[in-house]
Amino acid sequence: MRVGVIVFPGSNCDHDCAHVLREVFKAEAALVWHKETSLRGYDAVILPGGFSYGDYLRAGAIARFSPVMRAVEGFAREGGLVLGICNGFQTLLEARLLPGAMVRNRSLQFICEDVHLRLENATTAFTRAGQPGRVYRMPIAHAEGCYIADPVTLRTLEDTGQVVFRYCTPEGEVTEAANPNGSLGNIAGVCSRAGNVLGMMPHPERCAEVVLGNEDGRLIFESLLGRLAATSVAGVTARR
Amino acid sequence: MVIARVYVTPKKGVLDPQGKAVLQALQALGYGEVEEVRVGKFMELRLGELPEAEARSRLAEMCEKLLANPLIEDYRVEVERAR
Repeated sequence: MRVGVIVFPGSNCDHDCAHVLREVFKAEAALVWHKETSLRGYDAVILPGGFSYGDYLRAGAIARFSPVMRAVEGFAREGGLVLGICNGFQTLLEARLLPGAMVRNRSLQFICEDVHLRLENATTAFTRAGQPGRVYRMPIAHAEGCYIADPVTLRTLEDTGQVVFRYCTPEGEVTEAANPNGSLGNIAGVCSRAGNVLGMMPHPERCAEVVLGNEDGRLIFESLLGRLAATSVAGVTARR
Repeated sequence: MVIARVYVTPKKGVLDPQGKAVLQALQALGYGEVEEVRVGKFMELRLGELPEAEARSRLAEMCEKLLANPLIEDYRVEVERAR
């Protein structure tokens, strides 16, 4: 069971992700430089947060054409688990592996703070250890996190359960005041139709251990690693 | 040589908080006649020698692929021949 963490020039949460996987969950993780062209040997892939290519042009717009992204696209197409966090989410959107786009936060400010999230879909490989409706607290740190999509896409996302996380109050109410960046529908995370690709703006890797004072981010890693373990126990050959 | 000017602007209907902030600043400065501001990007590309039609179609491709995100942005390309 091996998780690849992609490193783009400007990624800065790559080591945090690898740290959580290795030290907190005792899983095997490897940093994968963006020039790699194959993901053979990996069972899941994480696109970490950061400022790939300095966020030039649009966040994720240039990273999306890094050589490794061809492999990520193939990996996702074959059902491989792909998680994009923050800048990784933006890159997945630019790559059209997830629907919609990000624009500047409505406040125009870079927002770095804890937010509350309501788990809307606890059936994905990344959230299966959670309970639907439960509120999680995780930090966000972004300037372009206002999620938008056309009305038809939005409706489809809602109807098919692709909205995985929503910004909410500590009590779990989805309100305008609890929306930090202006995202439509308070959307903080969406998954692909097949559910094997998840993008989320909050940073679970920054809140997955006691020493950091918050373990809510464990949800994502526990779910993901649990799914991988279940898959290998079931005798399904690890992809690639 | 071909010089291309690419203008990328937020699509109509897409939230443009930057444009809104600039609009408010202009109005605060007394320019009440300003009704709308859209903030976009301007890029100037110098291309090698190639027929204008081909330059235009390749530039459109560049915009669709990379320079703009067609989901949220419109683009306009001006092409000029220079020596």
